[in-house]
Formats: sequence, C-alpha cells, structure tokens
Amino acid sequence: MPNLVCEQEEIVSDEAIRAFEHPKRRVQLRVKTYILIMLMVLLNPISNILLKKGMDQVGPMVSWAPSTVATFFVHAFSTGAIWLAICCLLGFFVSYLLVLSWADYTFVQPSAALSNGLTAVLAYVILHEYISPIRWVGILLICGGVFVVGRTHPQTTEQL
Amino acid sequence: MIITGAIFYLFILLSGTGGEMCVSRAMKSIGEVTDFRPRSIARVFVRAMKVPWMWIGVAMMALGFFSLLGLLSIANVSFVYPASALSYVVGALGGKFFLGENVTKQRWAGVLLVALGVVLVVVGRG
Repeated sequence: MPNLVCEQEEIVSDEAIRAFEHPKRRVQLRVKTYILIMLMVLLNPISNILLKKGMDQVGPMVSWAPSTVATFFVHAFSTGAIWLAICCLLGFFVSYLLVLSWADYTFVQPSAALSNGLTAVLAYVILHEYISPIRWVGILLICGGVFVVGRTHPQTTEQL
Repeated sequence: MIITGAIFYLFILLSGTGGEMCVSRAMKSIGEVTDFRPRSIARVFVRAMKVPWMWIGVAMMALGFFSLLGLLSIANVSFVYPASALSYVVGALGGKFFLGENVTKQRWAGVLLVALGVVLVVVGRG
C-alpha cells in the first residue's frame, strides 16, 4: 500500500512538471505576468511623485521627540496628495500580490525596478528635480538589469 | 540629518524587503491565481489574510513605508527611490535562501546590474 501511494504521488508530480513546461502554458504565464508587472511599473512611480509632493507640503521632521513624530505623521496623513498616492499604492499592491501567487519573487522584484527609470523621468518632468548624467547612467543600468532578469522564466518553484 | 536619513534608509532596506518576502511566501502558499473576476480576487484576498506570513509581511512593509515617508521629507525622490533599489540584492539572497527559488546565473547578472546602477545613482547625487 505505501508503494502505491508513493507511485501515485510520483505520477501527479510528473503531470505537474509536464504542465509547467507546456509551451502554451509558458506563453500564458508570461503574458499575464508582464501585464501585472506593467501595472506595477506605472502605479509605483505615480505614487512616488504624489508622496514627494505631499511630503514637500508637510516639511522635514525636525526631531525624534514622540510628539514631533506624531504631529509629523498626522500632518502627512491629512494631506490630499498622500491619500491619492496611497490609492495608487493599493492598486500596485493588488497587482503585486496576484503576480506573486505564481511568479518568483526574484523575478518580480527586479522587473519592477523599471519603475526607477519612470520615477526619474517623472521627477525630472513634473518636480523639475536635477538628475546628473552619472545618475542617468545608473538608472539605465538598473533598466538593463531588469531586462536581463526579464529574459529568465518567471517561475522556478511550485506552490510552497 | 544624515543619521536620521541613514536610519530611515536601513528600515526601507531591511523591513521593506523582509516584508515583501513574507508576503511572497504567503501568496505562494495559496497557489497560482487563474481567475481574475472581482469575486474570485476578493476570495483570494480573504484566503491570503488567513496566512500568518501575510500579516507579518504587511506589518514589516508598513514600517518600511513609514521610513520611506520620513526619508522623502529630507531627500529628493530621484535619489531616494533608486537608492532603495539596493534591496534587490537583499531580495535575491532572501529569494534563494528563504523562498527556495532557483536564482540562475542570468538572474544574478541582472541583479548585479541593478545594484551597480544603484551605486551610480548614489554617487551621482547632484
């Protein structure tokens, strides 16, 4: 009897591996992974710009005294831009959770770094922040790294 | 101001990335989402909220988020956001050892490129 159970488990495992390697499934997996990562890459920079706009209104935290810290965060959470940013972050978080249900963390995390490039562009265009040439090269390298990671298969593990 | 910034940065790096890995572990235990209708997605979230790793992850990510707010109050977004990308190296190590993922040489190369980019972003602070 134990042998039978063992054999059955082996058959299920082989089927899972075959389904995992099926070309059509691989394409489907890539398409839905890329759509959700694209959503993450768009929503995250928008939320960052909104957060910066909100925090500029709040101003710097001048000390670590509990009352100052509390006032700082109360002020932050009474700013409209912060709440808009939180809405974008919620959209980002939903996409993030869904994609993590099948794709590797080590695939999703670096791929989402594309938002670094978009954040810099938005910071330059909307906030008129100065970005030095070295920093642009750094951002390009980050995007290059994302491209390299993006060429690996999104899923190397099965359900934990 | 520099010490305050460094403390915030450390929390973004460790607490934020640690939280993401816990959330990843929780979602992997639920299994692949194949139905994207709102009701099915809501059901996935209810199931996700029953996994302890999700709560640990969300708490750590919240701490990382508060640190991000703190750092954004004293530094430019074009510095803060790319500089926090050092978490990709921490994430790759965590993915390999904590989540048991197969981090191939190509994926490591990508992560290293990202890390190198981060160094240039920090060095090139204008």
